[in-house]
Amino acid sequence: MKKQFERPYIKKIRAGIPSKFGMSVHNEPVTHIDNNPVPELIKQFGSPLFVISEKTLRETYAIEKRAFQTRYPRIQLAWSYKTNYLDAVCRVFHQEGSWAEVVSGFEYDKALGNNVPGSQIIFNGPYKTEEELRKAIGNDSFIHIDHFDELYAIISIAQNSDKKPKVAIRVNMDTGVYPMWDRFGFNYENGEAWDALNRISLDNNLELVGLHTHIGTYMLSTDAYKTAMTKLADLAARVEKKHNKSLKYIDIGGGFASGNTLKGAYYQGRDIVPGFDEYAEAITSALINSELNPSKLPLLILETGRALVDDAGFLLGTVIANKRLSDGRRSTIVDTGVNILFTSFWYEHEIHPAKSTSDHLEETTLYGPLCMNIDVIREAVAFPLLRKGDNFVIKRVGAYNMTQWMQFITYRPNIVLIDMEGKAHLVREAENLDSVRGNERIPDHLK
Amino acid sequence: MKLKRNIAVSESGFLFDPTGGESYSLNEIGLEIFNLIRDRKTADEISSQITSEYDVARDDFEKYYFDFVGMLRQYKLLEDEE
Repeated sequence: MKKQFERPYIKKIRAGIPSKFGMSVHNEPVTHIDNNPVPELIKQFGSPLFVISEKTLRETYAIEKRAFQTRYPRIQLAWSYKTNYLDAVCRVFHQEGSWAEVVSGFEYDKALGNNVPGSQIIFNGPYKTEEELRKAIGNDSFIHIDHFDELYAIISIAQNSDKKPKVAIRVNMDTGVYPMWDRFGFNYENGEAWDALNRISLDNNLELVGLHTHIGTYMLSTDAYKTAMTKLADLAARVEKKHNKSLKYIDIGGGFASGNTLKGAYYQGRDIVPGFDEYAEAITSALINSELNPSKLPLLILETGRALVDDAGFLLGTVIANKRLSDGRRSTIVDTGVNILFTSFWYEHEIHPAKSTSDHLEETTLYGPLCMNIDVIREAVAFPLLRKGDNFVIKRVGAYNMTQWMQFITYRPNIVLIDMEGKAHLVREAENLDSVRGNERIPDHLK
Repeated sequence: MKLKRNIAVSESGFLFDPTGGESYSLNEIGLEIFNLIRDRKTADEISSQITSEYDVARDDFEKYYFDFVGMLRQYKLLEDEE
């Protein structure tokens, strides 16, 4: 039998300047996803291919739930639709008991379509049309008010409605992290949030049900959550004291980091990202230690998106070609472009071969298939010596890619969900010419 | 095509070029091809030998071979060609 071929390779040894990882690392292959061989998945569903592990979704959900439930008696998770609003993904979380957290009329309708009762939908975001507000009010959904214009729009709707809108305000604040997110909601420090709470509390047509914040995204500091919860609990305690009203919930939002590595970061994401327990400890201790009446503790709502779904998503792809750049550097063209891997603009994604390779790694630039200069998946990665046609797996792509991807130059690919028994289901079909042209109209003079 | 004469290479694929003082590492196939080039084998002969030994088609091998030779040239490990 002939020996396995690996492409020939020569690498200059650079003494004196150690790599940031200290020593060479072996790139472990990812040969299977939940017992499905990667080449088989690609053979059946094509390349590139997004694969979602239902097992990982449910396990991650259980880990987060346990982290909070063991520290605080009343918690509720609300699935952040924008992170991944594939119906199959949403329904897994809803089956686990998650409410829906939506930020547009489109997402709101998607949640209704997933059989989420209106009273379990949280409607966030800076732009809700009057029609959308009326619908949310009619369905008893929780509306998180972003600005005074929205508050007065709701007041006006409520005056002519037999329904009492259930509202909360979104609060922004200084939590000691930079940049401070002050574009959404009412500010805590300058008293705007307190003004809004007083205005709502004095209106008999509105029901003030909660407080909400979302302090940032990919937050590596748990202290910031502690500060945020302390400030929200302070507002809730002041409402309790002045208006004699106990708020039903405090929604601390999301923003927990996943194990991905941010571009330019010195350490690998998986080594520095806090776990659910650490976030939970910071958030619940601040709430429990607050001035709030212990016999009427509010429900703690979490809108975690990224940290719940990122690890469950994999992007399978195929090497198209290997090239040399003018200075001798290796470049490899792969079929997974930035059009479908939007997060490659933020992350240095972990990429693994789908079969075992030798220990030799070559510094490689990974380009996507688009005829566009921006289509770079990794600027420089120690990559095994893959050949044309070889498969690879990009890890932690479950968050944002399947919502922020673009129909650009190529079609968006199939998405499969691997169920708890290891069976693969097609949950979103790849696009074709009809799906792209379907909404186009040609004027008569161009026919 | 001729390699520089004074290049030292070990059995494990460690290569030293005293002219520039640079060191290199080769993988198994890289080392085998390097030795064949040093033995003044032609591209055709090298191709025949490697494709009989390894699971690779001749056409497929050729592009990797020329890529490898390109890197030897890039690293200035080949004698200047006439």
